[in-house]
Amino acid sequence: MALQSLDITRRSATTTPSPSARSTEEVAKLIDVTTCIGCKACQAACMEWNDLRDQVGVNVGVIDNPPDLTEESWTVMRYAEHEENGNLEWLIRKDGCMHCADPGCLKACPAPGAIVQYANGIVDFHEENCIGCGYCITGCPFNIPRISKKDHKVYKCTLCSDRVAVGLEPACIKACPTGALQFGTKQDMKDYAAERITDLKARGFANAGLYDPPGVGGTHVMYVLHHADRPELYNDLPRKPAISPLVSFWKGATKPLANAILAALALGGIIHYVTQGPNEVSKELEKEEEENGP
Amino acid sequence: MTNHWVDIRNADVVLVMGGNAAEAHPCGFKWVIEAKKHRGAKLVVVDPRFTRSASVADYYAPIRTGTDIAFLGGVINYLLAQDKIQHEYVKNYTDFSFLVNDGFNFDNGLFSGYDPAKRSYDKSTWHYQIGPDGYVKTDPTLQDPRCVYQLMKSHYGRYTPEMVERVCGTTKEQFLKVCEIMASTAAPDRAMTIMYALGWTQHSVGSEMIRAGAMVQLLLGNIGMAGGGMNALRGHSNIQGLTDLGLLSNLLPGYLTLPGEKETDYKAYIAARALKPLRPNQLSYWQNYEKFHVSLMKSWFGKAATQDNDWCFDWLPKLDKVHDMLQVFDDMHQGKVNGYFCQGFNPLGSAPNKAKVSTALAKLKYLVVIDPLATETSEFWKNFGPYNDVDPAKIQTTVFRLPSGCFAEEDGSLVNSARWLQWHWKGAEPPGEGRTDIEIMAGLFTRLRALYKTGGGAFPDPILNLDWPYRVPEAPGADELAKEYSGKALVDLPDPKDKTKVLRKAGEQLDGFAQLQADGTTACGCWLFSGSWTQAGNQMARRDNADPWGNGETLGWAWSWPANRRIMYNRASADPAGNPWNPAKRQIWWNGSAWVGSDVPDYKPDEDPSLGMGPFIMNPEGVARFFAIDKMAEGPFPEHYEPFETPIGTNPLNNNPRAVSNPAARVFKADMEQFGTAKDFPYAGTSYRLTEHFHFWTKHCRINAILQPQQFVELGEELAKEKGIKAGDKVKVRSNRGQIVAVAVVTKRFRSLMVDGKKVHHVGVPIHWGFKGEAKPGYLANTLTPFVGDANAQTPEFKSFLVTIEKA
Repeated sequence: MALQSLDITRRSATTTPSPSARSTEEVAKLIDVTTCIGCKACQAACMEWNDLRDQVGVNVGVIDNPPDLTEESWTVMRYAEHEENGNLEWLIRKDGCMHCADPGCLKACPAPGAIVQYANGIVDFHEENCIGCGYCITGCPFNIPRISKKDHKVYKCTLCSDRVAVGLEPACIKACPTGALQFGTKQDMKDYAAERITDLKARGFANAGLYDPPGVGGTHVMYVLHHADRPELYNDLPRKPAISPLVSFWKGATKPLANAILAALALGGIIHYVTQGPNEVSKELEKEEEENGP
Repeated sequence: MTNHWVDIRNADVVLVMGGNAAEAHPCGFKWVIEAKKHRGAKLVVVDPRFTRSASVADYYAPIRTGTDIAFLGGVINYLLAQDKIQHEYVKNYTDFSFLVNDGFNFDNGLFSGYDPAKRSYDKSTWHYQIGPDGYVKTDPTLQDPRCVYQLMKSHYGRYTPEMVERVCGTTKEQFLKVCEIMASTAAPDRAMTIMYALGWTQHSVGSEMIRAGAMVQLLLGNIGMAGGGMNALRGHSNIQGLTDLGLLSNLLPGYLTLPGEKETDYKAYIAARALKPLRPNQLSYWQNYEKFHVSLMKSWFGKAATQDNDWCFDWLPKLDKVHDMLQVFDDMHQGKVNGYFCQGFNPLGSAPNKAKVSTALAKLKYLVVIDPLATETSEFWKNFGPYNDVDPAKIQTTVFRLPSGCFAEEDGSLVNSARWLQWHWKGAEPPGEGRTDIEIMAGLFTRLRALYKTGGGAFPDPILNLDWPYRVPEAPGADELAKEYSGKALVDLPDPKDKTKVLRKAGEQLDGFAQLQADGTTACGCWLFSGSWTQAGNQMARRDNADPWGNGETLGWAWSWPANRRIMYNRASADPAGNPWNPAKRQIWWNGSAWVGSDVPDYKPDEDPSLGMGPFIMNPEGVARFFAIDKMAEGPFPEHYEPFETPIGTNPLNNNPRAVSNPAARVFKADMEQFGTAKDFPYAGTSYRLTEHFHFWTKHCRINAILQPQQFVELGEELAKEKGIKAGDKVKVRSNRGQIVAVAVVTKRFRSLMVDGKKVHHVGVPIHWGFKGEAKPGYLANTLTPFVGDANAQTPEFKSFLVTIEKA
């Protein structure tokens, strides 16, 4: 089954029905943190493919670099030193957009078509439509989107929608030397993760498991974790991510109400026009302005 | 590597020690992950630091830097005492039963024959007992107290788990856990691979650390096995090719050796190298030395090399001593060197004790730097503030910078760690005025030759007679050079099986080194590469990844020296009768009339195993050596010696002040005086690489600079607390040779170790910064490191030195 449909199933601030003639498989990136060596090849590949060149920064006392996601660093490795029964574990997690099935960013976005979700599950930002309001940042339960100071638009990982659209895997997957990053249909990734979890349990990680949080409808980027019972060990990966109540409130229960208010206002305008006629500038006023000059 | 990258997936246990494969070899490390995923392999990491490799390990044990022989000696003791060895393998394939010369002994840290004034050994007693038949005497019952087994047992009996804990700081429990996992591979159906790199080579006892690892592998029967072996992960692309082609002061291509200054007689030179078998019916393959040597001379000097002039033997330099990198810089420091060429080498960054190297370079009349990058070395004379605080007015060295292409800008082959010669094709032209290294060297050569022709000069013969048959003399083709290395027939070569037939016609490429001749009828630039470009074409360019046996031995992918063999010593993967020890992972076996299998046999192809020929055909013994006879500088058995800068100032394994550190390592007097002591520099410094960068190159690349922009040092939380250092603080790290300032990374990954009753902290110094490039400017890490090398290879002791650290 091809993975490359670019049919859009959801579009921010839009109610037009989505196309449904083609059947498209949902895709997923699987990040097996238990075989990740934190080499940052994914970061390099992301910069190369997406033509991103962040600042040459400084060292802030950790080996993470850049130290956080930015509009020019769409993925970063986060390193956590954790002691478990006297043994050190170095938990290394590739951070970036999770491509939620129920994307808080898209729900929060008021700009039509600035955020879309493809039929294959990828959540993509179309920056040309972005108005820079930053609502998507509030809407994201994973603290991923970053606003650019240069163009006041918001950026994040596209899951290389441009590569996937032509049948290629995302750049980070291609660069990963150990196979810690895998890409395929979501079901295949779940099956593969199950094998990894069996291996990890045999090695003593009783709580190994898959991170595919239901609070956001599952994600199209999933993690295999040694300690799936404590995702927060991995640099605060949320235990139960959910869309901010503010967004749910705004886009959920109140949305019909807001729409009703908007409709009422529009209707009011029409009534005003019908009853009062168009706004016309009086001849006197026009003349006055001409005399005063620009 | 004795084995190859893909083969690591066949391992049951992977020991990463003396290296950090995940960090420095992330692409090859995938095979470790494959072994873990698909074979349930256990990964064990032993390292002073909890590394990226350790982050995916099943077991990690800390160790004090520079004490790996104590650890491995402890493993040897454990395996012998617990009888966890592969008996049949060891009995048949090693020197266990060989009797050693009665004069040999070991006493309080020193082997017999030590001369403290010369800091070297008279090795005459480091040998076997030879019987009247000319062969080594043996005791197959292993009872004789002079047999290698008994000597070894007594030597390593001192390396108890308690001693390991005292020297290495690894707790007894941690040590025994590692032993237990390793010992599980003594079973014939299990194999362990050892992956090591500069963490073993960059010590004053580096070569012996590697030997100790090899001894463990022999005891476990893991050499020659799929998933086993001693696997050196090389630090530069094609550094394997550099050694293979003999770019070391005492080597010729293919590990042939230059004559010493007393070796003026050609026949004696050959006889000393064409070793006769030391046991009955052994192959002793180096008996063919003269064929390789003469073919090399024919390749270099063509028609000028004749039997009458001993194939130009007199033209070869005769070495007074090794002129390794440290020796050359010491000579330069003494003002004895006028000019220096650095080709793809940045010694200001890569050699120890930057201050000494900088002073030395300033004494040159001229320096030529051939490099794609503007290296620190090429601007050693320029002031870069605190990072390179020199006064250009006082430096008179003329520097020539010749911009070269990089690997992607030329055709050619690279030899990887797995000994594969992989051909590659030019991807782009060198930018600007850049020329390939071949063009630069050929341009220099043709001009020099013209000068000798017109102006004469001392000893012009080797220059004027060098065979230079290339299409474009100023730019020999990579194909022409590759064919020359592989070798050709100079006359019609008769088939040895049927003299009426011609095996190869004059001018044709040879099939392999078995066709080389000592009578001047063949030419071959590197016997080990013979067969890489045959009449059938460029074997290195092959890209068939078919794996018919499912064991990763893709014989149609590129070409592996020697003879396209993928696993060295693979005869040892079968038992003495010729049946695989482990049928599930068989390599080669005897089918009743020939050796067959998935790999090219490392053995005489039609040798009936009942005749007793050993599997280690390059050794005149036919077996592998635990007892190294006179091959090593500091002794036939690896013995623990402290780094020259030791945090404990004593060697717990002896009480001999002469044997604290390697008694046979060469130390120049002024450098000895520059060693620091634990009183002033209490912390164990160690330098290393990071995944984000490659040596001193990638700081010139924007993306790598983004990923790791600024120089830092790592220290443990306990030491940081003691010193009031917080993560992100600027710190000053000093050794007795200089200081650097960097950002502190405070980590749990370094922990203090209890060593000989004393708490020892490590300070980690990644090497990648300098004052040129895209990354933030930094200090060259080798400002700190001591000017001393391994006693055999002279590789500098970058991994173990003393520092102190404070807030800047």
